[in-house]
Amino acid sequence: MSAHFLSARGLSAFYSQTQVLFGLDFDMAQGGITTLLGANGAGKTSTLRSLSGMLRTNGEIRFEDRVINGKATEDIARLGIAHVPEGRGTFVRLTVQENLQLGAISRPDKRAIADDVERIFNYFPKLRERYYQQAGTLSGGEQQMLAIGRALMLRPKLMLLDEPSFGLAPLIVQELFGILRTLNRQEKVSMFIVEQNASLALELADHAYLLETGRVVMSGPAKDIREDEGIRRSYLGY
Amino acid sequence: MKTDTPTTMLAAQNDKPSNARMWRLLIALSLLAFLIVLPLMSKNFFVFQLTLAMVYAIAILGLNLLTGFNGQFSLGHGAFYAVGAYTAAILMDQGGVSYVWTIPAAGIVCFIAGFLFGLPALRLEGTYLALATFALAVAMPQILKFSPFEHWTGGVQGIVIMKPDAPFGLKISQDQWLYYFTLVVLMLMFAWAYNLVGSRTGRAMKAIRDNPTAAKAMGINLSLFKSLTFGVSALYVGVAGALSAIVVQFVAPDSFTFALSVVLFVGLVVGGVGWIPGAFFGALFILFVPHFAEGISKGLAGAVYGIMLILLIFVMPSGAAGLLKLLFDRFAIVRRLIEGLSGRKR
Amino acid sequence: MDLFIHQVLAGLATGAIYACMALAVVMIYQAIDHFNFAQGEMAMFSTFIAWQLMQWGFPYWAAFFVTIGISFAAGVAIERTIFRPIHNAPILSHVVIFIALFVIINSFAGFIWDFNIKAFPSPFGTRPVLGQGLLSAHDAGMMAVVLIVLLLLYGFFRYTRIGLAMRAAAANPDSAKLVGVRVGWMLALGWGMAAAIGAVAGMMIAPVVFLEPNMMLSILLYGFAGAVVGGLTSPVGAVLGGFSVGVVENLAGTFIPYVGREMKLSIALALIVAVLMVRPSGIFGRKIVTRV
Repeated sequence: MSAHFLSARGLSAFYSQTQVLFGLDFDMAQGGITTLLGANGAGKTSTLRSLSGMLRTNGEIRFEDRVINGKATEDIARLGIAHVPEGRGTFVRLTVQENLQLGAISRPDKRAIADDVERIFNYFPKLRERYYQQAGTLSGGEQQMLAIGRALMLRPKLMLLDEPSFGLAPLIVQELFGILRTLNRQEKVSMFIVEQNASLALELADHAYLLETGRVVMSGPAKDIREDEGIRRSYLGY
Repeated sequence: MKTDTPTTMLAAQNDKPSNARMWRLLIALSLLAFLIVLPLMSKNFFVFQLTLAMVYAIAILGLNLLTGFNGQFSLGHGAFYAVGAYTAAILMDQGGVSYVWTIPAAGIVCFIAGFLFGLPALRLEGTYLALATFALAVAMPQILKFSPFEHWTGGVQGIVIMKPDAPFGLKISQDQWLYYFTLVVLMLMFAWAYNLVGSRTGRAMKAIRDNPTAAKAMGINLSLFKSLTFGVSALYVGVAGALSAIVVQFVAPDSFTFALSVVLFVGLVVGGVGWIPGAFFGALFILFVPHFAEGISKGLAGAVYGIMLILLIFVMPSGAAGLLKLLFDRFAIVRRLIEGLSGRKR
Repeated sequence: MDLFIHQVLAGLATGAIYACMALAVVMIYQAIDHFNFAQGEMAMFSTFIAWQLMQWGFPYWAAFFVTIGISFAAGVAIERTIFRPIHNAPILSHVVIFIALFVIINSFAGFIWDFNIKAFPSPFGTRPVLGQGLLSAHDAGMMAVVLIVLLLLYGFFRYTRIGLAMRAAAANPDSAKLVGVRVGWMLALGWGMAAAIGAVAGMMIAPVVFLEPNMMLSILLYGFAGAVVGGLTSPVGAVLGGFSVGVVENLAGTFIPYVGREMKLSIALALIVAVLMVRPSGIFGRKIVTRV
């Protein structure tokens, strides 16, 4: 297993003239779940957007030993990186069916796509019920499931998730994170998850990074950070 | 550091110390002297062309007040040009009014027309206003041919006007007299424009352009100011139209098609949006470049014109204003010289 | 009553053309939030190409389809070369480029084919179709062709993958990129299709208004009116809007004295201003909310 499945070296990112990331370094192994923690405004979303080529960047990002910074967003997606953005990015006026179809739009193998839809129904039965409904009419939790389902339709090697727990009731979040764990194990999808809800994320992840105003201030195995009360209290507030 | 746009450049000009202003005044005066002497040494047709250039400059200035200082676009100001022209023509032809009084009359009529059009149009922004004014421009010739009005407008044939003679028995040709008359009107209109932009009203206009929501929150009556701005810009264009009627001696519906609005719009962009002197550059461009283009290829003048526009947007989107600023920045030696002479040490 | 029906049918026939122009306008508007003021000139130029092909001996329908292909390619090319670089430029730049395009195309058309009007053949003939001159064959043919085009488009957008990708790119370009849609090319496709639709409109109306470089300006205006009435977010609305404008224009022309006949363009102007002011989402469209 390559230790450098996804890596960044000296990653800086800019919204026009404003710098938001200052020389990040991180590594991720294939098959794992890594979480990026931090308060509001720390730069978590900017990190994901940089990975997807949506921001102007300096430094280097490598995916499977290929340099991807500087590539167009759609090309990065086609390399097998599925990004579930902040706010889910659902096509609200299109149906659930169309949203899922769009997830697979860059794939040539049409027959496999139909099978994939079935598999997604197994993870998210609600989507089968709502298959022909307009996506905007789904509840928050259902839309999150749709967003993840759409990401899965890409048959991604890596999934980027931006605050999947946002705005969802605790029970739904538990269910969702359970499904994410299953997806990681069974579908072999590596995950890079940005979360504000640190305790949840640390339960799920193998490795964690903590971001503060655009810089990595800590990194380590999730288990260690979870069990270190001192770190938890001072950095994560619980 | 603020990004330098023509508007900030203009603002900076207004803030310069009196020494630099003295230099600008000197330059303006020498330019004026040149303009006064020029027609006396030129052929009548050239004088006619220069007069027309000044007329266009007034019209472009009107459009600039709308777009540059208030952020609203119009592809339809040719319509107000037409209204001004017809007002002058009708007053002279049917009312026996002297040509001198037709100018302010046209201005007032167009102000009202512009204000009234501005009232509903004010609710539209950017590209939607462009569409509405586009519609106005396309509909205008048809309106001018409207049969119940034929008695006044002369229908499709239009109205022919007599060119006025120089007053007080001055020994200059009609073309030369009209040149000076237009020059005086031009100077008045430009002076008023500078005044307007620097005044409280002008600042309100700029505020509306830069951040309409904030302007509204500060208590600026958005609707009123937007409509007023539209009215004033129409006034300028109407004055230009009236002058053009007198200079060209003829008004007819097909002189005022969409092509006219295009020409004015192009003049605005070439001169540089938000830069008052740009109106001159724009006027010279729209008057003389078609000749130049015809020189390159008789039938393809329009194409050359259009290609130049595209190049302009790609290379120098801020028009003459941007170009001059670029030259000003590059020729630092010259600049230091001027500043040294004007007593400003850097 | 007969007159009324006749005018409604005639209105639907010209409305079909306006519907095409409205649709082309809305397709580009949905992609780039701007109005293509040069859409009419593009359609006119396409019509001239068809005419030229026929002069060179092409049979009508061959010229028709070749022209559509050429127009499509030209639309794609224009987007990729001219509009792609100014994608993020301010509104003014876009408007200037549209105007420049307008002037260039108009000038080339006049240069190549001169400004004299030419006859353009109709493949349908002029015999009346429904009873006592209620509808001419060409009018019926126009409506049929337009309806076929609309059905094809509907099918394309609803049932093909590219159609879905285009809809996604227009609705939410960022999300579309994240699923791998090449949004830039979807834009170019939209332009190509708009150009092709415009070509159809031009070729259908040319037999009626005669072919000359300035033939499409007022038709474009009616197209805009149709698009606005239909609500700029809705292609279906644009089509309905186009048909409505055609009917209204014809009825006004027949039944309102003076104004109706001579001020048709002003009616279009009034419609545009009124609808944009009072109900910007159009009569057939959805409401759009802008965040402050």
